[in-house]
Amino acid sequence: MPLLEVTDLRTSFHTRNGVYRAVNGVSFSVDRGETLGIVGESGSGKSVTCYSLMGLVPQPPGRIESGTAIFDGTDLLHCTPAEARAIRGKRIAMIFQDPMTSLNPYLRISEQLIEPVLIHEKTSKSEALKRGVAMLTAVGIDDASRRIHYYPHEFSGGMRQRVMIAMALITKPELLIADEPTTALDVTVQAQILELIRKMQRESGMAVIFITHDLAVVSGFCDRVHVMYAGRVVEAADTRTLFYSPRHPYTRALQRSIPALQPKGQELYTIRGMPPDLSKPLPGCPFSPRCEFATDRCRTEVPVLLPVSPTHAHACLRAQLGEI
Amino acid sequence: MADPILELNGVKTHFPIYRGRLFKRQAGTVKAVDGVDLSIERGEVVGLVGESGCGKSTLARTIMQLVPATAGTIKLNGKDLNALSGEERAIAQRDLQMIFQDPYASLNPRMTVFATLAEPLQVHRICPPSQVTARVGELMSLVGLAPRFMQKYPHEFSGGQRQRIAIARALALEPKVIIADEPVSALDVSIQAQILNLLAELGRRMNLTMVFIAHDLSVVKHISDRIAVMYLGKVVELGPAAEVIERPRHPYTRALVSAIPTPNPDFEKTRQRIVLAGDPPSPVNPPSGCPFHPRCPYAQDRCREIVPDLYPAGPLRTAACIRLDEI
Repeated sequence: MPLLEVTDLRTSFHTRNGVYRAVNGVSFSVDRGETLGIVGESGSGKSVTCYSLMGLVPQPPGRIESGTAIFDGTDLLHCTPAEARAIRGKRIAMIFQDPMTSLNPYLRISEQLIEPVLIHEKTSKSEALKRGVAMLTAVGIDDASRRIHYYPHEFSGGMRQRVMIAMALITKPELLIADEPTTALDVTVQAQILELIRKMQRESGMAVIFITHDLAVVSGFCDRVHVMYAGRVVEAADTRTLFYSPRHPYTRALQRSIPALQPKGQELYTIRGMPPDLSKPLPGCPFSPRCEFATDRCRTEVPVLLPVSPTHAHACLRAQLGEI
Repeated sequence: MADPILELNGVKTHFPIYRGRLFKRQAGTVKAVDGVDLSIERGEVVGLVGESGCGKSTLARTIMQLVPATAGTIKLNGKDLNALSGEERAIAQRDLQMIFQDPYASLNPRMTVFATLAEPLQVHRICPPSQVTARVGELMSLVGLAPRFMQKYPHEFSGGQRQRIAIARALALEPKVIIADEPVSALDVSIQAQILNLLAELGRRMNLTMVFIAHDLSVVKHISDRIAVMYLGKVVELGPAAEVIERPRHPYTRALVSAIPTPNPDFEKTRQRIVLAGDPPSPVNPPSGCPFHPRCPYAQDRCREIVPDLYPAGPLRTAACIRLDEI
């Protein structure tokens, strides 16, 4: 049984300008110890998916229209607030993109770091502090017993992200949701942070959902990858299959637009047009206006995510028919 | 090296740190840029890479005269930018334009696209008032925006489109040199490719010289002729783009290159990563000798004492490491 199973999640935002269907029927599952990558551009719904699971979608304007998210037998979307509190922050932890704004600048690192322990476990403050110091050391901050009393502004970006990771991992979660944890960081620091998450994962066997817009980061880090576009999963596969034999035109186009894969001087491949406006109804495949293979059928019929092999599924009508 | 358009000679930009309210005293100096020599040919694209805090953006701002250089000279077309008369300065400003990282912050939200693009034309009297509208339309088409959007405000555009407006604004004065400070970092991959193509094409068409700053090495490699790698205010390696990325010589460049994730799962499984420990040292109190020695896997006692110059490291290449031949 998977650790987390999300089925047909739909989250929309009801604004004065219309209803934005940010997440439109997303299903996925994560096993214990596994790393799932969710890739997509801005506005593809990858962050809102995870915010919905963590109860971080502001309601209103947000509304979770349908779906279930079964975490070890409990439906995160329909359980009581008390049940949810016992899971969120304890068994599921999350780290955010921007370490500069996700720490409270008025509180010392120590207070923020041990807060989850004090809330979720019956420990004394001094005991929790000891664990905090051990955790900071584990994430590679030297001189942790002194530095734990610093304020966030006294740390660099990479170190703040380490603090965030320490804070997320201090309760030994079974699932870590990482929302673009390295996007704001330099490549060298990114390598350190990825290595750190991997090490923590090896030691504790936790599962990771890794959200990013960077396909290259996913390639070395994740076991499976889901590609999202306009609030839907358009392709899901194990990492090797996704990189070496992608089927959906969007996945292929994304890969072709990475500069590293193209020789200097040659024009970069670009996806024409822009992502669709999610407040308008989308007849047919959401990618069809930008797809070079689109036919009339693609513009009228909504494709569903169908498996082509046990580990590979995609939502392209033409690829499913074997036409492309 | 026939025709350098932009020459930097020993450029230093230091910022004083003051302590105390009543009895203000200088408590230290941030050596953001600490002695950069760089000569850029006409029509060349030079990529400037390095981690945050290495001084690449300060260098860009120093070239643009947005912050004063503490020492050294910057020559544009052979003329020292610090020793210009008022009129010459106006021309130099016209020849030197900048594109900023964040198109959400670098455009005035209260100005329409027309106002944004017409202002430089009017200030520098590039064309007669009757032709301003036509010229703005031309600029918009040049960067791939429909001129009918002239009266729209920045918030009505997406990130990629805003960056196009910023590019059009930089091109309005027909500059010779463009300094692009992380122009694609804030954009999605597919939009990033569009902007990179646009910059490359405009550069070719208008014979622009470009200093392209980015922390994403694959982007820099794609667009640049040469790459300069900066660390703690100094250039530590300089050479042809593909060479520097594919066969890095300086230990810092090697670490930087080995940290780039590639979209290739099989390679990622087998590759050896040089994971650098810690953060770059503070430019307030840089280490003795080679600035990279505290994090360098090859550091010896000598490295703590000798400040390395840029030594030849192959054809057209230089690197600032005293152990180049040994490692």
